[in-house]
Amino acid sequence: MAILLIADYQSTGCSAALAPATLSALAAARQIGGEVHLLLAGSDLGDLAERACRLDGVARVLLADDTTYDHLLAENLSALVVSLAPHYSHILAPATAVGRDCLPRIAALLDVDAVSDVIAVLDRDTFQRPIYAGNAIATVRCDGPVIVLGTRPTAFDPIATEGGSAVLERIGGPGDLGLSRWQGEEHPDFERPALESAKVIVAGGRGLQTQEGFAALYPLADRLQGAVGASLAAVDAGFAPAELQIGQSGRIVAPELYLAVGISGAVQHVAGMKDAKVIAAINLDPDAPIFEIADYGLQGDLFELLPELMLELDSALG
Amino acid sequence: MKVLVAVKRVVDYNVKVRVKADNSGVDLANVKMSMNPFCEIAVEEAVRLKEKGVVTEIVAVSVGPTAAQEQLRTALALGADRAILVETNEELSSLAIAKSLKALVDKEQPQLVILGKQAIDSDNNQTGQMLAALTGYAQGTFASKVEVAGDKVNVTREIDGGLQTVALNLPAIVTTDLRLNEPRYASLPNIMKAKKKPLDVVTPDALGVSTSSTVKTVKVEAPAARSAGIKVKSVAELVEKLKNEAKVI
Repeated sequence: MAILLIADYQSTGCSAALAPATLSALAAARQIGGEVHLLLAGSDLGDLAERACRLDGVARVLLADDTTYDHLLAENLSALVVSLAPHYSHILAPATAVGRDCLPRIAALLDVDAVSDVIAVLDRDTFQRPIYAGNAIATVRCDGPVIVLGTRPTAFDPIATEGGSAVLERIGGPGDLGLSRWQGEEHPDFERPALESAKVIVAGGRGLQTQEGFAALYPLADRLQGAVGASLAAVDAGFAPAELQIGQSGRIVAPELYLAVGISGAVQHVAGMKDAKVIAAINLDPDAPIFEIADYGLQGDLFELLPELMLELDSALG
Repeated sequence: MKVLVAVKRVVDYNVKVRVKADNSGVDLANVKMSMNPFCEIAVEEAVRLKEKGVVTEIVAVSVGPTAAQEQLRTALALGADRAILVETNEELSSLAIAKSLKALVDKEQPQLVILGKQAIDSDNNQTGQMLAALTGYAQGTFASKVEVAGDKVNVTREIDGGLQTVALNLPAIVTTDLRLNEPRYASLPNIMKAKKKPLDVVTPDALGVSTSSTVKTVKVEAPAARSAGIKVKSVAELVEKLKNEAKVI
């Protein structure tokens, strides 16, 4: 039987784009093996559906073109997926806010348990996932009539957006359940790469002391063409907006370079970034736990070191 | 209106857990246990709604071992009116817990159920959504703001890249994000008073709940360790290493 992948996407005005996490989930789906069908739910997604048909490894794109599914609210989306479920052995979604919202609802409606945040596919019914803030890795086996999985985006390399030729099929659904209504959204406008897809992340913590101190990270990130992240302490202190938080309760990232500035390295933060290829840390406290996992540690006063780092990068990167 | 708040007894968030040598799980013997931090936020939100006059009764519930009574007493000390423990020594899956909570929702008929968005031990982030599915109610997950308005509740949710507001029909299920509120501490007089508040104990069997699961844990291992690298002396050395050794800039 085939695998159903629920697509998460962003809509801005008249154009829509798949979330990079959807492409990672597609990589996981291909590892399970079997025909993959991609579900696109929402109105005005014609262009996106055409592009989705060219995704490498997708056999069929199911388009539920209906305003009922705009903003992918869990109640209506789950009912739609459950109506398709009898045809599938696996139902997948990326562990984005949308996936985490709808997958458990779908699983419960199908009377099966769900597996969250899968980081490895061992075979068709065996998977690995982190527990205890990434301090342990559990191997789990599923034996329900259908397997419901959320995949951690940073654990799978996104697949190519060209090379496939899927069939586009328009489908209907059970319609609006009338339980919830979308009221509005706020997106702070950042002209920087998204945290999950950035190659370089410069992240700041409580050590930056003020909002102005934290702001010094932006020109630094720009020199490295990277994104800015924050620890929970920096967010709680009001230095940085909540969207930037990296950690167990925020975003999970795995960039090439993670530069931690004034971050102590609490368990909850490390859970969100320990899979970075290279970790560099600047901290005043020589005993900060961040130095236990950093490939390169520099101990010192960051208010002296940051301007110096900026100059050094300018000359090193020309 | 009546609110049901679900709390879970978990290993304290400051504890660095160790995997058992036989890979059967995590060693929890003699480890400090506490109320799950997201559940504390759920209790606090319920208490604030009561202080605003929106809520008349708060029922704290938990599914877990006898010792979870401690966490229910904490919820009572923080302002819950009474508590119910669904007692079991098995480690239940999210679906089994959601089924137990559904049985309590059927009995208590709350207008709002508040849960944490995830427990910091299993990290599942599933129970609230599953309870919403089983009850057929709307769900407001990852809430950073909750406002009851007539027969609806407006929930501001933390989504990727921003905030989203949804209006949910009541009764509804809400799960809390860290930024919803800052939980208070229980005062000593309130801890003493909590000892006299009612705490009922039931079993999943008595509720007619099946605790079987379709997902079995085969093995629990320690993650691949990341070891400390080197300390550099200067900014110049750091940049040089990142550029020429690690080749990441």
